[in-house]
Amino acid sequence: MRPFPAMIAGSLLAASSLFAQNGDLQVPHSIEAGSSFSIQSAGNGKGTLYIVGPNQVLERDIQLGQPVFFAQGSVYNAGRYLVIVRSENSTHQSTLDVTPANNPAEVSFLARPSRLPIGLHDGITGAIYVFDVYNNLITVPMPATFELIGPSGAKQTQSVVTRNGSAFTAMDSTPRQGTDRLTARVGDVASTRIVTQVPGDPCGIKMSAKPSGQQILLQTEPLLDCSGNAVPDGTIVTFTETYPGAQATVDVPLKRGIAQVDMPAHNGALLSAASGVVLGNQIRWEKQ
Amino acid sequence: MNKGGLLAAALMIATVVFIVVGTVWPIPSAVAYAGTRHILQSASTPEDAVNNLGQAIHAQSWQKAYSSLANKAQFTEPEFIHDLSGYYPSLLTYATLDHFDVRALHSSANDADMQLNLYWSTVVGISTESRDLHVVRNGDEWQVVWPIEKQPVVPPQVIPVNYLRWDVIYRGAGDDWGTQDVEAPHVRIVDMHPVQRAAGVMILGELLNEDVVPAYVSVSATLLRKDQSAIATESSFDKISHLLLPKQVTPFLIAFPDQTLSNVASIRMTPFSTLVSASADPVIEVDNEHLSPAPDASLSGQLINQSGQIVNVAHVLGTFYDKSGQVVWVADRYVDTALLPQTPVPFNIHIPEDLARKISSERTTVASFSRGGTL
Repeated sequence: MRPFPAMIAGSLLAASSLFAQNGDLQVPHSIEAGSSFSIQSAGNGKGTLYIVGPNQVLERDIQLGQPVFFAQGSVYNAGRYLVIVRSENSTHQSTLDVTPANNPAEVSFLARPSRLPIGLHDGITGAIYVFDVYNNLITVPMPATFELIGPSGAKQTQSVVTRNGSAFTAMDSTPRQGTDRLTARVGDVASTRIVTQVPGDPCGIKMSAKPSGQQILLQTEPLLDCSGNAVPDGTIVTFTETYPGAQATVDVPLKRGIAQVDMPAHNGALLSAASGVVLGNQIRWEKQ
Repeated sequence: MNKGGLLAAALMIATVVFIVVGTVWPIPSAVAYAGTRHILQSASTPEDAVNNLGQAIHAQSWQKAYSSLANKAQFTEPEFIHDLSGYYPSLLTYATLDHFDVRALHSSANDADMQLNLYWSTVVGISTESRDLHVVRNGDEWQVVWPIEKQPVVPPQVIPVNYLRWDVIYRGAGDDWGTQDVEAPHVRIVDMHPVQRAAGVMILGELLNEDVVPAYVSVSATLLRKDQSAIATESSFDKISHLLLPKQVTPFLIAFPDQTLSNVASIRMTPFSTLVSASADPVIEVDNEHLSPAPDASLSGQLINQSGQIVNVAHVLGTFYDKSGQVVWVADRYVDTALLPQTPVPFNIHIPEDLARKISSERTTVASFSRGGTL
């Protein structure tokens, strides 16, 4: 085959694949959301063109036989559209597929939880949904990265590829309490969420007792979790004093890192402290 | 006279007749509400004197009640009213006397000892108060010597409070749908144990707030048959401390009246928690906790408010364990007087007699309500 006729044949083949032809109506098979395009009808005289699609209907009075141009942003919701040309004598119809634009414009980012204990394997999860400028979900695979910057500045990064418009990650919380910045990035678009890492259970409770007038002053040392983080103020420490025939208890919140309380002084009393499921030391109180 | 006039005249005569009948022969409940029994009935016996006083309290005829007392010179009428309804806002402030009963303890020609049991109708149910009264003869009449309990005076002082409080800001309506909201507190059921009682199936357990934020909590349970279909669903209602600070534990009791444990194949427990604004104060010490054995098994003790803030209502929850540390019962009691700073207030929680023998240890927790605060 000579080159020139082959080019013509190829162009015709390409044109037939690009346009949905219904004899009298030439419509592109597919366009990117928001891009400009044209529709060519056959015949002469006046007619009306309808484009009906997801959440969008266009109506134009047209001159049959003349191309109809649509500017950028005319058709922007992704999906299948029905194209109808109606004249006095006939009605022709075809379909038009509008695909999401390939450039991501927005990343919806769901990060869970907003608060979690330190040192939890796969405790932080993030899911992203990638949208174009017209809020169409971009379903073609795209590279995405998740970046977690912990309170110490340590960075965890995961690269993934979106599938059907979404991507997912799971990351570990770090051993230090504080605020994590979890950022999802697709192309030039990024979205950041804050995740708070909170201390775990106290690693132990160390309590001391000393006389305080007619009472005993019980006081804990600053409570730390097993990674050395200070247990937050407001955490309840339960002090119990057991003596023959009776006992006394009081729930005290940590303030400035410690819990302290005055309890009745009973000779031979057994004093103990606990917080949640963590038990502290015991002290036998003898007359001072 | 036309028919209408006749009917009007007949209705008027009937009304007059009913008023006369109601005044001369009133029904007992009307007498009680009118509070006029002590006028119609003279205090010719010690029982009459106490009954008249009870009727006056029931009718909230404070002046009549006060004027009937033998020792009214020792206190004022407002002090008498405060002695009954509380000096500070408490459960009794908005309570009315549902009923009362009188029991003779001792009697002689000139004096007697009587017990007056007052059953107050409060927002959390009946609250019982018992007063031992001395009654003296004064001429032909008997009069009650009212045992006034003057409110302890808190000495003027400054109590430093490192005010610790949590506030919550939830996501707003205008936020992007992907914007995260504040996480609900993480709570965990650390113990759960169903028991069969005469009244039905009871589910006992303990719930821990394992988070670092305060939680409003509740627990519900569903009894399931073998085919996993539901028999009944109930929640802990007020047999729980609804506000849990970080690492705090509350007992809970869920009652399924008229259910039988043998019909239950499994139980689905559903703890619920949500973030609430809360304060870490007041701190309430439970002192002199004492388990009294059967008969009349009970847990008694004293509540001491260690903060400077007045606690208007205190809800005491007792968790009772057997020797192996398993929860065998949960009981509660509302304290009907306000807790003043550093002022002990006694409480007593009844324990079912058959369970008292199994109980080896207990833990007492207190939920408190202060005006403008939360329970």
